[in-house]
Parts: sequence; structure tokens; C-alpha cells
Amino acid sequence: MESSPVSSSSPPSSVFSFDLPSAPHSSDHDQQPSLRTVTHLEQLRVEEKVAEIYRILNDASPHTKTIMMELWRDNHILFLSRGLNQLGPNFRILDASRPWLCYWIIHSMSLLGESLDIEVENSIIEFLSHCEDKQGGYGGGPGQMPHLATTYAAVNTLITLGSDAALSSVNRDSLHKFLLRMKDSSGAFRMHHAGEIDVRACYTAISVASILNIMDSELVVGLGDYIIRCQTYEGGIAGEPGSEAHGGYTFCGLATMVLIDEVDRLHLPSLIDWVVFRQGVECGFQGRTNKLVDGCYSFWQGGSLSLIQTLLPIAEKQTQSPLTSIEHQTLEGNSDGSTSQVQNPENEDMGTEKGDDIGFRFIRMGTRVAAPLFHSVALQQYVLLCSQVLEGGFKDKPGAHRDYYHTCYCLSGLCVSQYSFSKTPNSPPPSRAMLGPYSNLLEPIHPLYNVLLDKFYRAHEFFFGMKKRGTI
Amino acid sequence: MLSGEDEWVPFSRRPEWSDVKPVPQDDGPNPVVPISYSDEFRETMDYFRSIYLSGERSFRALSLCSEAIELNPSNYTIWHFRRIVLEALDADLHAEKEYVNNIALRNSKNYQIWHHKRWLAEKLGPEAAEEELAFTEKIFAVDAKNYHAWSHRQSVLQALGGWQKELDYCDKLLREDVFNNSAWNQRYFVITKSPFLGGLQEMRESETRYAVEAILSNPENESPWRYLRGLYKDDPNLLICNNQVSEVCLKILKRKQNIVLALSLLLDLLCHGFQPISEIRSAVEALRISESEPSTSSLANTICGILGLVDPMRSNYWAWRRSHLPSEVC
Ligand SMILES: [Zn+2]
Repeated sequence: MESSPVSSSSPPSSVFSFDLPSAPHSSDHDQQPSLRTVTHLEQLRVEEKVAEIYRILNDASPHTKTIMMELWRDNHILFLSRGLNQLGPNFRILDASRPWLCYWIIHSMSLLGESLDIEVENSIIEFLSHCEDKQGGYGGGPGQMPHLATTYAAVNTLITLGSDAALSSVNRDSLHKFLLRMKDSSGAFRMHHAGEIDVRACYTAISVASILNIMDSELVVGLGDYIIRCQTYEGGIAGEPGSEAHGGYTFCGLATMVLIDEVDRLHLPSLIDWVVFRQGVECGFQGRTNKLVDGCYSFWQGGSLSLIQTLLPIAEKQTQSPLTSIEHQTLEGNSDGSTSQVQNPENEDMGTEKGDDIGFRFIRMGTRVAAPLFHSVALQQYVLLCSQVLEGGFKDKPGAHRDYYHTCYCLSGLCVSQYSFSKTPNSPPPSRAMLGPYSNLLEPIHPLYNVLLDKFYRAHEFFFGMKKRGTI
Repeated sequence: MLSGEDEWVPFSRRPEWSDVKPVPQDDGPNPVVPISYSDEFRETMDYFRSIYLSGERSFRALSLCSEAIELNPSNYTIWHFRRIVLEALDADLHAEKEYVNNIALRNSKNYQIWHHKRWLAEKLGPEAAEEELAFTEKIFAVDAKNYHAWSHRQSVLQALGGWQKELDYCDKLLREDVFNNSAWNQRYFVITKSPFLGGLQEMRESETRYAVEAILSNPENESPWRYLRGLYKDDPNLLICNNQVSEVCLKILKRKQNIVLALSLLLDLLCHGFQPISEIRSAVEALRISESEPSTSSLANTICGILGLVDPMRSNYWAWRRSHLPSEVC
């Protein structure tokens, strides 16, 4: 297969779709096709391409090796800022995902430590306010219906901008009403009015409710029951009950359960076992059992394992007790059994014991073990050598084209693997935790929301420091 | 059709649209991530916005939706409005099914299309089951792991029925590609949910044989190993009591190839209280690589040690497993 190392920018075929189309099947394979299945053949083809890259790395001089493992910051920033300013006509298929484009680009820039001009920042705030619906929530573009996924993207973009103007531009009252309108009787959420129900919808709703401090019992009720029904016999979490365990939904389901303080209701030992087995010989992660490696799962799977590092005491308790009788154990270590902690209407200050302040407490727990459960250096190798496009941007796998989605999630995955040996999420990693020069180090994130950690703190101060909304 | 690329006629030159005033997109003064729309895209969307805002439920509105969807099938607002129009017109849902199937075949990884298909199938009722199942099979012929199509198939089975041949279908797909984890997942769905098979309890023994057979022919294939564990997910005591399970581990270990998944299952058995026969102990003993490993350590400990060496990608995981073995394991 011919594959040009210089790939032009091209949008993914669908949005927040964890699974992009695999490359067409090659017929000139030297194996006996009759003895191999489709899965096996496609896997071998990818393994060969990746092995070739690693062979070149191994045979390279120390100087070339360093260059190969370098993060090409300037080129990435150039690629990202170009997209912020102008996108070609073939991006029309992302016309209902423009807040996503903002988030993928702005979050990637923030990971790279790049700050924006005040005029650019104001343009983003202004544009997103054009996507905001009068009845609450953000749509995929001006005049479109509000949608949970683009609401998540818009809110995370504004939090990443971080200024008072950005944070105060969100209409929290109407957003809260929008979230309630999207709540289904099953406990889960719909993506939009009369839209599809799945675990992404649950995560995006709860993530914004949590970070904006508009969480309440009505949003949480029944949600944990729904997510539990999505944990499959394999251990990972599916998009909806009965479907196949999947990296993207596993992250969304796990993060949701942490944010509503019911994570101990998942069976964590089998979830961990499933996730760690998704890292393959290519060094990157696949999204599902026996599927091909893909750079975006560096975050969906790597991010889950980053969360797991903080949750290990709960997982360990589950390993010690029989499978069928898992006691309720909250992040605070008591066994309340109810979700009542999540709502705590009286507390309006920034206390650290509040149940509705889990995003904050999660970071402060400080119980992370010193080593991640996955091979974080190998993951960096996949991202830097197989996903990185030297002209800027990241891609799914060798032979694929770069896009903003993969740029965002490859960088986010690179970030969680760089900090995976840090005792606290923001302490500088030891050099053994890093692949390539130390200058590759990205800014640390809050893994529950995937926004920069210091931007999270800023938002926390802003939304939890203020008086809580009167309606709760 | 008007949407053909060469002969596209602007709405402003179509007499039947002369009464409609297009509504431009309000991007604000300094938009970010602006897309350089083609004239066709811009004008189609301007007319769509106009009828969406006026709420016009007409056949021309329906055909405008079709043109707009053709330009961007992931615009959920258009799909939503399309459903409102269809309901208001009491439109022919069979024609709609032809329409959406045609688009789904060209855009098989799009959330909006599959949501529309699910809405439509539920409206058409049980008589639609067979055709919907056949349609997903058409998708699987090209992409046997299409996540949306599998979700659709499951929702059709649960809402409309058609379970009778589902286990055979899973078997067919697994015969074609035993690594197809989506087919294994579907198989699990069928044996636990089908109203005709008696549930997991009835199926457990025969499914164990099915998984064991798949493991013996491809021990590196993770899917049947996870399936086998899954059959006993809620009842680990049955798992450790079933000789077929420990025997398949033993057989693979004796081959001394592709041992990771066998050791991993054996480790789980031990963690659940399994008492190994001496043959298993010696098979594991024969795999020990590191001489520094004290032979007095428990079997579970030894297994974690071996896994840490033969499965370096997960050495941290195996070290963690080793340090948190339940106190009473062998
Ligand atoms: Zn991807």
C-alpha cells in the first residue's frame, strides 16, 4: 500500500465517533488469504507498517532517534491555528460540529502551552454564544438545535479560555433546564430533543453539570443503574446495554460514575483487565477486542487508566471480596449506599468534603500509586512515531490522514501517559516516565473532564466560589 | 433529481420556492472555525433555515430536507425536522425506509442515520423486523464490526423480534472470522436475552464447549477467552468447578505457546478459590523462566511472575495483580 507521509488535512467521517473507518483491504498480501480471516489479515498489515517504523527507530543514530521522538510543537500549533481561521469546503460534514472543532483545536493548543490573543479569545466566545440556544445548551452551529455533545465541547472550550468573560458567557440556568429536558426515564440522557440515548450523552451531560456546579439529584437519579447495565461480560463499557465493550464508552461510563460518586458499583477489576489488554504489540491502544490500533484511544483507554490510578483502592477492595457482594464505597471511603452525598444544597463555600465537588476532591485525593497499570512509555512511542504527522497534527495510524479529532485525543493521551508516574496529577514527571526530550512535556489535564488542570481550578474557583444557583 | 452535481439549480431560480425568503446563517462578526461553504451548501441551508423557522410541514419541505441531508448527513437538526414533517404529512414510511437505507449504505458510521432508522423501524412495527435484520447483514458483509449496525440489530430484536435464527447467524459470522469480537458479543446477547433459548443457565454448558473449541484452534484469540469467563460472570463458583475450564488452560499451557491468556484465566480461577491439580502446577512450573523465583511461592504468585516476563506490555498490571492476590489463594 502506498502511503504518503505528507497527508493533507481531512475531516473524520463522523464526530465523536470513537471508531473511524478502517483502511481498505489490501489484496496483494503475501500471506495465504484462505488460511486467514479478515480480522487477522488487517491486523498483520498494520503490524507490518508499525514494525517498519520501529525498525527505522532502532537502526537510527542516537541523534536521529532524538529527532524521531520529538514533539513537533511549532508545526502542530501552525496546523491548529490554520483550522481556527479557515476550513475548506470539505469540512461541510462537520458543519453540525463546530463547537467540537473549537474544543479539539483550543484544547490541543492549551496542551501545547500555547496562549491565544485576546481578540481570538473574544471571537471564540462570541461565536459560541451564537451557537447557544435561547432555551439552554449549545448546538452544532448557529441556529441548530442544542445537543449534549456540542454543549460539552462549547463548555470545555470556554473553560479552556478561562477568562471571566468566557466563564460568565455560559447561561447556567438555562443549561441546567436543558440537561433536565434531555434526562430520560431510564436514568440516562438523550443527545438532543427526541435524540439517541447512550453513554456519551450521559458523560457529556454530567461533565458539564459537574464543572459548572449545576449538578442535582434529578440529573443523577437512575443514571448509575443505566451505566451499570452497559458494563459488558468482557469488563469494558458499551454505548448502550447489550452492545460491545468499547474504549470511548468505557471512558465516558467510568468518568460518569466517578462524577456521580457511584464508581464502586462498576466491577473495576474486570474493567481494568479489559482496558490493559487493549494495548497491543503496536504499543498503542485498540478500541475493542481484536480491532485495529488507533491513536485516539491513547486518551479513551489511557485516560480510563489514569482515572483508575486514583481508584485503585476501590478496585483492590473489590478483588478481596466475592464478586457478587460489592459494598458501596464512596471516594470518601464511607459506605453510605445512597447518592444523597452528591447533592448538598447548604454548602456554598469551597469546602473539600462536599459531595457535589467530586472533580475537585478527585484531584486532591493524592492516593495515586507510583506506576500506571499500562505501558505509558510504549504509548508515547506509538503517538509520537505512528500518529504524529511531522507537518503538524496527528492521525489514527500509519497510512491514515491527520485531523483535528485525532490531534486532540492523541495529545490528550500523550499527556496522561507523560504524567502517569506522577504522584499528583500535576507534579513534573520523572524523566524515566517520558519518551523523547523533556521538552515534549505537555501541560497537565484533569482526566475527568479533559481540560487543563489549572483551567479546571480557575473554573472551580469561579463556579464554586460564587453563590449557588437559587433554583437548587 | 435536482441534487445532481452538474445540474444543480439554485433555489432562487426554482419557481416553487419563489415565496420563501432564505435565512442566512448568523455566524457573528468574527467567526472561528469558519467553513468555506460551496454556493450549493450555503443556499440549501439558507432555505432549510427558513422553513425550519417557519415550521412548514410540506412535501417541498421534505424534499428540501433530502437535499440538505445529502450535503451533510450528520446534521441532526435536519433529521429531527424531517421526522416532524413525516409525521405531519402521514407520509409513506416504506418509501422513507428505502430513502434512509440508501443513505445508510453510503454513510454507515453516522449516528443520525441509525437513530432515524431505529425511529422508523419502531414505527413500522414487527413486520419490519426481517427486513431490518437483512439490512444490517448487508452492512456486515462490508464491515462485520460496524458498531451502529450491531446496536440497531439488537434494538430490532428486542423491540420487534426475529430471534429465531440469530444464534445461527452468529455461528455463521464466527465461522467466517472467529476473531470477530462483535459476533461473540452478539452471541452473548442472544444466549442471555433470546426468549427461545432458556437463558444463560440453559446455554452455559454447550456454550462453554463452543468457546473451548474456539480457544483450542486459536489460543491467541482473546474473544473466546473473554466469552468463556463471561458465561460465569455472576457465578465464579461454577467457573472454578467446571473441569472444561481448567482443562483448556492446561492444554494450552502444555503447548508452551500463546500462554498469556491461559495463564490469565488460570490466575482468575485461583483468585476465585480454585484448587489446582498437580498436573496444572507442574505445567506452570515448566514455564518458569526466572530461576530467582522462589519455588515456595504460591501458584498464583508464580503465574504473575511468568506473566510479567512473557507479557512485558502489561508488566505493571501483573505486578499489581501479584501484590493484591486474595489472601487465601493457592
Ligand atoms: Zn480514532
